[in-house]
Amino acid sequence: SESGQPSLLLTCLHICPLPGVGCSSVQQKIYVQLNKTFPCVRLLNATHQIGCQSSVSGDTGVLHVLETETDLDWVLSSGPNPPYVVLMVAEHFNRSTMMKLKGSARVAGVAVVISKAGPAQGFSPHHSCPNQNSGVYSDSYGPELAGCNVTVWNPLGNSLSYEDFRFPIFSLHEGEEADVIRKCFLDHNRGVNGSDPAYPLCAMQLASHMYAVKDTATCMRRNDIQSRFSISPEFVCDALADYNVWSSLKPLNNSGKGHLDGESVVIAATRLDSRSFFWNEAPGGESAVGGFVTLLAAAQALRAVVEDHPPSQNILFTFFQGETFDYIGSSRMVYDMENGKFVIDLDNIHSLVEIGQVALHRNGQLWLHSDPVSRRNSSVRSESTALNLSLSVAEPDVSQPLPPSSFQRFLRARPIPGVVLTDHMSAFSNRYYESLYDDAEYLNVSYPSGLSPEEQLEYVTDTAKTLAEVATLVARSLYKQAGGLDDHLSSINADPKIVTQMLYGFLVQSNNSWFRSLVSPDIVKNLGDPVKMPTWLVQYVLANFTGTLRNLTQTQCKNPEDLEGESKDLYSYFWVQGPVPPNSTQGEGYCVRAPVRLVKAHSPAFELHQYSSRDYSTWTESRWKQIQARIFLVASRDLEMLTLGVGVAVLLVSLVVTYFINSKADLLFSSSRETTSTAY
Amino acid sequence: MPVAVFFGCAFIAFGPALALFVFTIAREPLRVIILIAGAFFWLLSLLLSSLVWFIAVKASNPENVSLQKGLLIFGAVFSVVLQEVFRFAYYRLLRKANEGLAAISEENLSPISVQQMAYVAGLGFGIMSGAFSMINILSDSLGPGTVGIYGDSQYYFITSAFMTMAMTLLHTFWGVVFFDGCEKRRWWVIAAVAALHLLVSGLSFLNPSYEGSLPPAYVIMVLMAAWAFFSSGGSLQTLTQVWMCKKNGVDSS
Repeated sequence: SESGQPSLLLTCLHICPLPGVGCSSVQQKIYVQLNKTFPCVRLLNATHQIGCQSSVSGDTGVLHVLETETDLDWVLSSGPNPPYVVLMVAEHFNRSTMMKLKGSARVAGVAVVISKAGPAQGFSPHHSCPNQNSGVYSDSYGPELAGCNVTVWNPLGNSLSYEDFRFPIFSLHEGEEADVIRKCFLDHNRGVNGSDPAYPLCAMQLASHMYAVKDTATCMRRNDIQSRFSISPEFVCDALADYNVWSSLKPLNNSGKGHLDGESVVIAATRLDSRSFFWNEAPGGESAVGGFVTLLAAAQALRAVVEDHPPSQNILFTFFQGETFDYIGSSRMVYDMENGKFVIDLDNIHSLVEIGQVALHRNGQLWLHSDPVSRRNSSVRSESTALNLSLSVAEPDVSQPLPPSSFQRFLRARPIPGVVLTDHMSAFSNRYYESLYDDAEYLNVSYPSGLSPEEQLEYVTDTAKTLAEVATLVARSLYKQAGGLDDHLSSINADPKIVTQMLYGFLVQSNNSWFRSLVSPDIVKNLGDPVKMPTWLVQYVLANFTGTLRNLTQTQCKNPEDLEGESKDLYSYFWVQGPVPPNSTQGEGYCVRAPVRLVKAHSPAFELHQYSSRDYSTWTESRWKQIQARIFLVASRDLEMLTLGVGVAVLLVSLVVTYFINSKADLLFSSSRETTSTAY
Repeated sequence: MPVAVFFGCAFIAFGPALALFVFTIAREPLRVIILIAGAFFWLLSLLLSSLVWFIAVKASNPENVSLQKGLLIFGAVFSVVLQEVFRFAYYRLLRKANEGLAAISEENLSPISVQQMAYVAGLGFGIMSGAFSMINILSDSLGPGTVGIYGDSQYYFITSAFMTMAMTLLHTFWGVVFFDGCEKRRWWVIAAVAALHLLVSGLSFLNPSYEGSLPPAYVIMVLMAAWAFFSSGGSLQTLTQVWMCKKNGVDSS
């Protein structure tokens, strides 16, 4: 439009403080930066690359908003100004549309507007059979159960996350930026009365250039070349790695590795991680948070009996990271146990209880899954009969395999008895498995309006109450499994207050007073919004639940070796901020001693340099330099060529005229020749 | 292709200046020196006036839009005045230099006339002014986008290039006229040049309605061209002579 007044909406995004000062004002006239976007990045494994790629300076395309089928035809065949960048709402972000766009050469990028609630029919960009090739079922072990032949665990899965797109895909939330984009489209990109839209057209540029290509072996080889021959090496990819968190009911000596004589351990396992189609956005409410919050609450509940009536066996709480990507954390722990690099080894394991997805149970019904192949040797039976809870636990049909779980990696090494506790009998109840919509709202973690953040932290939601019951069930089962006596079962109770605080912290806002009091003072600044990588936060919460306060100063807390009664082999020491008194901004600081440790969750494939391994996870994430998205107007090609033509014409004419005038200069300027001081 | 816009606008803005430089200045080292020194004087004037404006802006309230606009107008006026002051200063410098050049030459004649110096100085001012106006815009024209999403005109690049070309040529003509007025002690000429400069600068505040700023600027440029032509020794007879000569040359060839 030719209006002289910028629209008010755009003025709000126009961040140049003063006209012409402190910013390139011409650039500010041309581009509208989109800041709150999430890209899709490239990941590689032993055989494939997945995710999205853009060209080095970004891909530009004319903006088109997808609302109906005709819009899709416009983009794919009939629109006159390819390539297009498609803006779609989340309802259209499904496999059929994306595959059509993927196959077209007229698509330069896709931007997805994510609404608060997911599509009603469910949406899961993950595989329908998660971690199919890295579990225990294969041709040699339960072949009739392999490959989801019996149960398709994630029927809504469309495998979109595992496709390889050659154009960038970004997502943004409903809000100011999405409105600006739509307004730009409505103002410029719609033709009048059915004719083609006239230039200048609104366009979008998405830049997310990924350095790694092809597969993990290729990018690792390139990393190797860089580190060897370059003065400042520029790696192209990084292996997906983090830490597993583990803790034990009775402390284990961390300096002793390998088989621990006389020790028999019940492992209580769960996973910490989740993913979605887009990078670094993985709320993972039902798939991860529900599970580990339950286990944390169970660990806290067991504290009541650990001092006076400890069970005969030890209980090891393990929180695995990286399970979404072919069980990085659990495969690493099994590998460490096999090679004597962990405090216990596989022979010390008595049994394993895993908490799967438990937050969406219907009518209080939970399910215990076990492996039918090794079941004959199993000594695990359902414990719920002795418990007075409103939950009931049942076992599904005998011939059903285990759902995707860390337990499968343990079974690959040893036929250990174990169960997986879930809220689904066969297919997942989670309709948004590994997607952006698996968040607080989906779990019904909602608060009455008008509560302040601190009041929300304390408010006990219904979800918290039911998860607390599950946690109580888990804690009592673990206690019984580890040889504890039935008399003390009733004193093991998970506290709903703690569960609701954890749910609030991990799903809604991690910068709250409770979390702040649990972590060390220099980490407090990392808290904010649902925190992306909760490993260290889980570590501090677990330390708070299983640890004890010690009367040590900060320096003593860092180095407690020489002190009486303190042992760094048995415990970890954390300096935490503590609750903040009402009149000050910082807590006093306390030393907490807890048997909580971090171990590396780095796939054994990278230790063994087997980058094409079929046994272990080989997932890596590409590196990139710049990720940005912006919208602007593009001029027609005709206008550009016209400008060039006019410029060349002006240049030629001025050259000719100047030559001519210069050659006749003495004639032209001759009438007032001064005698004294002119020369030529 | 954004590269087409870049080259097109660069040629429009700097084509005449380039042609003038190549054919009239490049071969004479003295003229090159005077050109560059003239450019430097213009730069100095811009530096000082922008310093004043910058301090005024920093000392004022950034929220007050009308105050900022007022300060911008004040800054533009002050800059124009300072440019003309520096033009006069350059004139004095060149006069002094001219005497020196005459003294060291063999025939006691300066190798360059005041009119030629006027023309070269004006062109120096013009080229530097054009560079400062246009280079920033040229570099942004290389990106994929064009101006317009905030409601500005999509012809921003082209009109900036044409305005720059007009300003470059205007500075050249103003240089000739100004020096001539100083030589002949006609102070009203200096005032007229300053007034016209203020007028053209003020016209640019009418943007983005380019009808209000570009055609008047070009009209003034044509008028100034005529004035400079007549004040540097041209006349209607010489024009017709050259025209006849050309015609005869055409006839005879």
